[in-house]
This record gives sequence, C-alpha cells and structure tokens, in this order.
Amino acid sequence: MSFLTLTDVSKSFGDLQAVTGINLAVEKGEFVSLLGPSGCGKTTTLQMIAGFVETTRGRITLDGRDITRMPPNKRGLGIVFQSYALFPHMTVEQNVSFGLEMRSVDKAERKERIREALSLVRLDAYAHRFPRELSGGQRQRVAIARAIVIAPPVLLLDEPMSNLDAKLREDMQFELRAIQRKIGTTTLMVTHDQSEALSISDRVVVMENGRITQVDTPYRAYERPENDFVSQFIGKANMLAGRIVAREGDTIRVDLGNDLAETGSIAQLPERGRAVGVGDAITLCIRPEKLRLGASGSGRLAGRVTSRFFLGSQWLYRLESRAGEMLVCCQNEGKEPLAEGDQVGIDWHSEAIRFIAQESARV
Amino acid sequence: MSSTLPASQHAPRAALRAGWQAYMPLWLMSAPALLLFAALVLVPLAMTFALTFYRFDPSSGPIAAFDLHNYVEVLGSSYFHTIFLRTFGIAALTTLLCVVIGTPEAYILSRMRDPWRSLFLLVILAPLLVSVVVRAFGWSMLLNTNGLVNQFFGLFGAGPFKLEYTTFAIVIALVHVMLPFMVIPVWTALQRLDPQTENAALSLMASPATTLRRIVLPQLMPGILSGSLMVFGLSASAFAIPGLLGGRRLKVAATAVYDQFLSSMNWPLGATIAVLLLVANLVVMLTYYRVLERRYARSMG
Repeated sequence: MSFLTLTDVSKSFGDLQAVTGINLAVEKGEFVSLLGPSGCGKTTTLQMIAGFVETTRGRITLDGRDITRMPPNKRGLGIVFQSYALFPHMTVEQNVSFGLEMRSVDKAERKERIREALSLVRLDAYAHRFPRELSGGQRQRVAIARAIVIAPPVLLLDEPMSNLDAKLREDMQFELRAIQRKIGTTTLMVTHDQSEALSISDRVVVMENGRITQVDTPYRAYERPENDFVSQFIGKANMLAGRIVAREGDTIRVDLGNDLAETGSIAQLPERGRAVGVGDAITLCIRPEKLRLGASGSGRLAGRVTSRFFLGSQWLYRLESRAGEMLVCCQNEGKEPLAEGDQVGIDWHSEAIRFIAQESARV
Repeated sequence: MSSTLPASQHAPRAALRAGWQAYMPLWLMSAPALLLFAALVLVPLAMTFALTFYRFDPSSGPIAAFDLHNYVEVLGSSYFHTIFLRTFGIAALTTLLCVVIGTPEAYILSRMRDPWRSLFLLVILAPLLVSVVVRAFGWSMLLNTNGLVNQFFGLFGAGPFKLEYTTFAIVIALVHVMLPFMVIPVWTALQRLDPQTENAALSLMASPATTLRRIVLPQLMPGILSGSLMVFGLSASAFAIPGLLGGRRLKVAATAVYDQFLSSMNWPLGATIAVLLLVANLVVMLTYYRVLERRYARSMG
C-alpha cells in the first residue's frame, strides 16, 4: 500500500461539487504536484489531506492509518501556506520552534534542530528577526523551515511560489527541490503553474473540474497527454481535428481535411483510448517545438508568418496555413529570424505526433 | 495610534526656500481645528491650572495666592487618598473586565456570518446610542432594593441585597458603557489577522486552546492595548455613572471635583483635584502604553 492514499475522495459545498472521486496514491519520498487551473479543486484536495476541510465522501490513509476524520492538529503534517502564515509576533527562531514545542521536544534538541532547519534554508543569520523584517523570499524559506523542522511524514505546499517574483521563483524551485531531495520527505504541492510542476515534481496530477484527468511523470504528461485539456494546459500544442479513414492492424490513416492526411500508429494514442475504428473523430496534437520550418514549397504544409514573439532562447511564430493557425517554436540560433509575412513550408516527423481519440477527451 | 509618520527628511528644497509661504495652505487648512482646540481645550485647561494656585476664601471667593497649599491639602489628606484609590481601582477593574469580556466577544463576532455579524455589532454599539444618564437610571432601577435583580433573588428566598450605591454597581454600569471601546479596536486587530496563522498552528499540532493563547491572543495585543487605554481613561474620569450609581458617599475623583465646584464653591480645590486626576491618569496610561508598546512595536508594527 502506498504511503499516502486518497480513495474516491469527494467534497461538495452545498450544490457545488468541488472535488469528485479522487483516487491518488503517493509513494514515500515522492514529490507530487497537483496541477490545474484555478477552481479545479486542487487546493480543496490539499486541505482535505491537511484536515482543514472535511471530506464529503471517501477515505484518506497515511502510512496505513485512516486519517479521514482525524482533526488537523493530530495529523502532524508539515504545511507551507500560500500566505506563508508566519506568526508575526514571533521571531524566525520562535516560529520554527513552535512545532517542536508542541511536540514537547526538549530544549537542547530543539535548539539543534532549529539550527539545522535554518541552515538548510540558509537563514542562519536571521534567527532573531521578525517576519515583517524579512523579504518575501526569506519569509517563504521560514515557512519551509517551520514545516520541515518537525520532520513531518508528508509536506504539503499550497501554491508556495505564487507570491514571489519570476526570478526568485525560479531560484526557489531549484532550492525547494534540493531541500526535498536532501531530507526525502514525501511532498505534495498544489500549483497552477505548469512549468513549476514540470520542473520540480516526480509526478504531476493534472486536475480539471474537480477530477483527475492524468497522473504521470512530467515528461510523459508533456509528451503523451491523454486528452485535449492536458495537451493544452501543459505547454502549448497545435491541435488539428480529423477523422479516421482507414485502420489496418495498428496503423491508422487520418484525414485532417483540406487535402491533408497523416498516417500513424495506435501506439501514438493514449493507452486508455486505443479502441478506435474507421469514422471515429480524432485529434492530431503536435508541440510547437516539433514543427520545422523550411523554404516556401517544402514540407507538408504551406504557411505564412502572421506574428512572431522573441523569447530569448527561442522564437515563437504564429503561422497561417490551410489547416488553421499553427504555433511554431524555433531555437534562436543567432541567425536572422523570419519576418512577418514570410512564406514558409511547415514539416514534422510522423513520430512527433500524438493522436487523441475524442471519446477519451470526454472522460 | 503608534504610527509616528517618518519626518520627511527629504523635504523638497523648494519648500525650504519658499519659507512660511509654502506652509501657509497647511496652516490655513488646520486653522479651524486649531482654533477650536485652543479655545475649548487649551485655554480652559490653562485657566484650571492657574486656579489651582488660588486660595479660597468663604466670604469673597478665590483669591490669587500663588502657593501650593491646595496640592498639599489634596496629597496630604487620607480622605482624598481614598477617593483617588477608589477611582483608579474602579477604572482598573472596569478595564480588566472589559478585556475579559470584550476580547472573546470580538473574536466570536469576527467568526460570525454576515446577517448575524451586523446585528450583533449593532447590539454591542447600542449602549452608545442611549444617553449616559438614562442608562445610569436604568441600572439604578434594575439594582435598587425593589429592583428586578432583587425581585429575582427574592423568588429563591434570598436577599434583598444592597446593590445600588456600591462599587459593584458602578463597575457593572461602566463595563456596560465601555465595552464598545474595547470591542472595536480588538475587532480591528482581528481584521488584520491572517486566519491561516491559526491553521498553521493547528498543523504544528497545537490544540485549539493553545492556538488561541499563543497565536491569536498575542496578535490581538495592539488592539487590546489601545482599547484598555481608552476604557481606563474614560472610566477614571467618568462622572455620571459614579455620580448616579455611587450615591452621595461613594465618591470618585470626578464627583469630588463636582462637589468642590458646586457644593463647597471651593473652585481652587476642585481645580487641584481635576489637575491631579489628569496627571495621574496620564502617568498610568503612559506607563502602561510604554511597557506593552515596547514589547509589540517591533513585531506587530
């Protein structure tokens, strides 16, 4: 049995169904992100694990024990709140010490553990400051120190980076991951930022409308999205609607309209949605960085650049083609980029394509 | 109340050069308030202070004497010692009761949902809408020998107790009036409190009681502090309630001043008591403020 499990967990607030039938198993030492747009139920899920929100249905177990009805102050989980929720009337040291005092850790050990936790988040020099005398990033590190000093079985992070500016956020992501690796605490993070979830988690749980739509490693979630929502929420994607016109064994032929057709394999469909046949609606999904641009007339599709965005390491082009609008991402190789209005040919490798059968998109 | 604005050290050079002309609009704008304050507070206060150095002559009234014998009389007499001790005792007890009742009240109020919250806030503020004299008579009717409270005790064969004209009656009535002055600042402090800090404490395995004591209460201290100062100051100088519910014999400083001015016609002595009350009040409040302010200034701002 997994370390932390959620079985058929649901929550409704009156008529509003916030979370519906969540099943999730988190292994010991894993870093899992709950990812989804706002209002998808990810924070409610976290609060049910923390015990601040009661479940309407379902069961939560931690290390084999049922904690579904346990009050939050008996669960002993480490929580980093979105607002950090530091105690403003206590110094950094007292903030970190609080959880140890509640566990009746004796004074000498307390001192040692506070010192360790503060040095882990590199705040040794700030032990006697009050929270209001710290910057946002420092406050966040105090919140982390306060949560990990108690050596909790599970660390819960509620949008921990949302109050930090972009540069600091990136630094903290690395740091958070490093800290988590070092202490090996099972961690569950809620975030709406897909790049954050992809960069630091072992697995991402994509949520939509109170349901889990996909649980996978970041790489697989990006490369093999199981439905339209995941493919568009994680990264960018070109989606071309089509219909299966032929199937021979594992090979399918898809008509995309506009004299465009593509041949692919069943293996390019998500595992759950492979029972497809002739006449089924299917979507072709390809990431912008997997499209290549060539001279006009080359490739599979002719296109015209309508706008371009400079992203530093990359150029993002928006193109007009007979298959509709296409996004193409090219490495900035130091050469002259395409200009708006340029005619180009768009090409791709057949293996770079993912198909999503429309039944599975309606899970 | 502790927010001392940082003096603008980088005041525009232009303002310095322009001199008084630059500040003219500011002076003009605050002139009405300044005039009102000077005419209604500073001048009478100065006159009262000057009066304390006069000598009282029963046949001809106050005579300028410019000595300190009034102070010697008040500070040396055990009669006045008792009055001052009673005054500050009542004020301290009222403040304590207001803290004990008002803080939980404000906390519960902040936890209420809206139709109820507005309703109960109005109930708490209601005493301020009724004249203090009417309210004092109301308490007097409740507490007198044949009053409702004694009638209630009578049902169980107890009493009647002497409730009116006691320190108890004064404190009860004062707490009733002063409660809004405690609830409002505490309520304001509660609005500033991040409700997640309570959840944070719970997640660190603190019991709900410990969370209240160690996390919520300290964050409310600035509110409790300013509420206490208001309640203490107002209670120590209260006149109508001690006057009506304390009767003739249970005097406090404010009623003693009244007696000296209007019964004995000894204005200089009355003025001396008034000035000493003001000074004592200031000393008590400033000490209290300093002691607590120092503890919370750095963390709570």
